[in-house]
Order: sequence, then C-alpha cells, then structure tokens
Amino acid sequence: MSEFLSKKSLKLLTDPLNDNNPITVQVLGICSALAVTVKVEPAIVMGISVMVVTAMANLIVSLLRNSIPDRIRIIVQLVIVAALVIIVDQVLKAYAYDVSKQLSVFVGLIITNCIIMGRLEAFALANKPGASFLDGIGNGLGYAVILIIIAVIRELFGAGTITLPGLGELHVVPQAFYDFGYKNNGLVILPPMALIVVGLIIWFQRAKNKGLIESK
Amino acid sequence: MKALRKLLDNIKPHVEKGGKFHYLYSGFDAVETLFFVPNTVAKKGAHIRDAIDLKRTMFIVVIALIPALLFGMWNIGHQHFLSIGETETFMGTFLFGLLKMLPLIIVSYGVGLGLEILFAQNRGHEVNEGFFVSGMLIPLIVPIDTPLWMVGIAVAFAVIIGKEVFGGTGMNIWNPALLARAFLFFAYPSDMSGDKVWVEGMSHLDKVADGFSGATPLAVMAAEAGDKVSTFANGIGNWSVIDLVIGSYPGSIGETSVIAIGIGALILLFTGIASWKVMFSVFAGGLGMGLLFNVVAPESNIFMQMPAYYHLLIGGFAFGAVFMATDPVSAAQTSKGKYIYGFLIGVIAVLIRVVNPAYPEGMMLSILLLNTFAPLIDFYVIQGNIKKRLKRVKVTA
Repeated sequence: MSEFLSKKSLKLLTDPLNDNNPITVQVLGICSALAVTVKVEPAIVMGISVMVVTAMANLIVSLLRNSIPDRIRIIVQLVIVAALVIIVDQVLKAYAYDVSKQLSVFVGLIITNCIIMGRLEAFALANKPGASFLDGIGNGLGYAVILIIIAVIRELFGAGTITLPGLGELHVVPQAFYDFGYKNNGLVILPPMALIVVGLIIWFQRAKNKGLIESK
Repeated sequence: MKALRKLLDNIKPHVEKGGKFHYLYSGFDAVETLFFVPNTVAKKGAHIRDAIDLKRTMFIVVIALIPALLFGMWNIGHQHFLSIGETETFMGTFLFGLLKMLPLIIVSYGVGLGLEILFAQNRGHEVNEGFFVSGMLIPLIVPIDTPLWMVGIAVAFAVIIGKEVFGGTGMNIWNPALLARAFLFFAYPSDMSGDKVWVEGMSHLDKVADGFSGATPLAVMAAEAGDKVSTFANGIGNWSVIDLVIGSYPGSIGETSVIAIGIGALILLFTGIASWKVMFSVFAGGLGMGLLFNVVAPESNIFMQMPAYYHLLIGGFAFGAVFMATDPVSAAQTSKGKYIYGFLIGVIAVLIRVVNPAYPEGMMLSILLLNTFAPLIDFYVIQGNIKKRLKRVKVTA
C-alpha cells in the first residue's frame, strides 16, 4: 500500500493530466476526439471506456512482459487490447445501449487508438504491473478530461444543451436568449471546429504551463 | 503638421523603452505612422526601394473599395423600397442604406481593431494595418440583414484563428475576410442563404410587393436548373444584362455592381497594388469553365447553358476576383504561379456554382481552397525553374 501512495505513483496518475497529456502534448488519439465529442454523454462514456481498456491492457501486458517474445509482441498486444475492447463493447451494448449506438464504430476503433499502443510499448513492457496499471488509469483520465472539455464546448455552443449520463439533455442556454435572436453555431458541430477547439486548448495549456514550450 | 510633429516628439520619450508608459508604445506607434512616414531605414540590403509602406498600401485598397461601398449603400435602400413597393428619392434611398450599413462597419472595425491592438500590446508588436482592409471587406460580403453579434463573432474568429495564431498580419494562410464569411456561412446557414436575407427587413415583412423576389440571380439560376423555360436573350429572371452590370439586384452588399468593382480594380491596377496576373486569370478561368459547360451542356440543364460571361457578372465573382483573390499575402507569389492560382480559382468557382446544388455561390470556397494550395503551387513553380536551369548548366558544361 505504501507503494501505491508514494510520490512516484502519484506522478504516474497526474502527469498525463497536464504535463504529458496524451491529446494536447503527445497529440495522440485525435481522431476519436473529433468524432465522439458532439455531445457530452458519449464523450464521458468513451473516456471511461478508453481508460478501462488502457489500464487493463497495461496491467495484463505488464504481467506477461517477461514471457512475450519480442518479435511478436505487437500481435500479442493487439490480441489483448482487442479482447478488452470486445468486452467493453458488449458491456456498453448491454447496459448503455443508446450511448453505444451513438458511439457506433468508435468503440471498436479503440483498438487502433494510438494512446493504448503507445502506453503498452512505452511503459507496460518495461514496468511492474502496479505502476503500469496506474499509468493506464492516468493516461485514460488525461484523454477523458480533454474529451469532456471539447464536448462541453461543442454541445454548449452547437446545440445549447449539455447531455449528462442519467440526467438526460439539460437546456443550459435559456429560451430568452433565443427569443433575443441568439442562434446555435452550426460550425461547432462539424469536425473542423473540434480540431480548432483542440488547438485552442493546446494554446491555453501552453500559455499556463511554460514548461511545455520548446526551447528554440 | 509641424505642431503635430512637435507634439508627437514630446510624447515619444515617455512611451519608448524605459519610459513611464512604455506599454503604450504600440498604440503611439500606430498614431505616429498614420501621420508620418516612419524614419526607420533598412539596415541590411533592401531588394525593393519604394516610398509606399503597408499602411499606405492598405489605405489605397480601402479607397478602391469605396465605389462598391457607396453603390452597396444605395442598393440596400433600392432593394428595400422595391420590396415594400414604395418609391423614394435618390438621396433618401442612399441615406437609408447608409444608416443600415454603418452599424455593420462599426462592429467589424471595433471588434477587429480591438483584438488586433490587444494582441499587439500583449506581444510587444506594432499595431498592424492589415485589418483596415479586412474590416471593410467583411461588411461588404455579408447579407445586409446579418445580425451584428454574428458579424462580431465572425470577425473575432477570423482575426484570432485566421491571423493571430499564425503570427499576425502577413503570416496568414487564408484571406481573413473570406474566413469570416465562411465561418458565418457554416455556422449560421439560415442567415446566410435563402431568398429573404439579401433585402433589408424582408424576413419580417408580412406582404412583399407584387412581382418582387428577394432571390439573387444565382439562386434563380440554381432553382431553374431543372426546367427549360428561361432564355438568356434578356438576362436572368427579371434582370436585364444591363441590370446585372450595374448591379441593382439582391446580393451581398458590395458584390453586386460590376461597374463599381471595376473602378476599384482600375485604382488597384493603376497603383500596382493588386496583381493583374491574378485578376486576369481568375476571369479567364471563370470564362473558360463557363464556355466548357456551354459546350457539354445537356439540353435539360439550363444552368450549364447560361452564357459564360454571365458568370462574371453575377454573384461575388467580380468582387472576389478583384479584392479577394489578389490579396498579396494569401495568393501565390511566383509569376507563373499567379496564373495557375487565378485560373483555378475561376474554374472551381464556376464548377461549384453549376454542379453543387448545396452551394449557390462558389467564389468563397474556391478562393479559400486555392489559398490553401498557393504555397504548393509556388513550390512546384520554383522547383520547375530550378530543374530547367540545372539542365541548362549541364548542356553548356
């Protein structure tokens, strides 16, 4: 337990949230960030799914790391990730059918999410199971946080609502605004704007976190 | 003038580096260079010696826009009074348009210049004049009924995402004014297209005057694309060819009059600010594509049969060709590249108009597309030139 709470493990969890965020710093997993962020609910579900898959895959690969032959390690990793993704997909279909419908192929495409392969290759193959699991949770969280920020911005300005799991669609922009002539922004719904929002988040993050600015 | 110089000289030490109000320097510099040509001298070898600087260049473009602006103001009133079936004196018509137009211009300049100054102060740059032209172009290319807050957001988007993130004036990939227009077009399509937005107040009218339609010539053509009723001997719909040239038809504020745009084009060409190569090849491209459509047009497609030169008269074609495509920052730089760039703009604009029913006007998208490709065109022109010269070396050696 002492290892679990040590500074080092804490860093594994918090580092991907800011200094080493998979989306805004490593620029991985952009495709799904553009695709599933039109509404907040799918973004949350997608974030949790990726977090579960990353953490479990990291754990399993780390446990097997000494017995996986180096030359076929990618195939082994893919089999593990694919199995986990199928489990997640089935669970979503069973317990959150509507969201699973909205996410459509993007749950299946978690297999190809660069973040997962990246963490397996860069971390799980060389570290102990406990640390690998935490690293997976941290990176999944970092991914989910950015996804949710993008989704909130897009849904708020694009549809005037916020959809939360269990609460349904909340009309955040009051009707009085629309009566005054306010209109929802159709561009925010389109994928290009999601990319611009990612760019703005990167801009904001770098303005706050000077350590990220490359030296010339 | 001397008193002014003296006043500025008195203020200068206070705002320069080390002075009490040094953070106000970029603002002071903006005012100073407005009245006096800066006395900074190029320290390294300058390639081009010219008395004109960015500020003066930009002002000439704004002057070139004035005919289109004045005509646009008159046309706002003209279309409005036509739609309610009243007649009004020339001055009354013009004043009506002026009052409707002013808020758009004020919002565009206010938001745009405000953001520019904010960024310049923050980064310690000089305030740039780049926005003087964009800020005038944006009100000219939107429908008159566009809500002011939409214009404000679009201007902010164009200045921040289109220009400042790339490093400010002169570094942008796309024409900022067109980016604002594209933003409006995709964000608020219901306020940017249709038959009612082009005429002031028409969307609130209960009853429109008999025989009046707010549709633009392009919309009329797009609607008629299926049937074979129209002949082109007398122009399009209710408008004769003369009307199309003068520009007294519904459309974005500055884009309708070929004559007013032509005066602007002459000013730009005479002062050498816009490239005649780009301007000429845009028209050539549009005309060529129109002629091609005329040749291959099936009998059922009336839009393809439309005489090719009509394409140059209607919609934003002339305005885009003269004021947008020639933007020196986002256009191709090489001489051969300018021909290719301009020609493709004309071709794609007409192609989008005729073939894609979702976008009645193709000029905006085609210029933005070619803005994106301009560096690539330049790259291949330069590479081609290098190859040609290398060959020459081998032959003589």
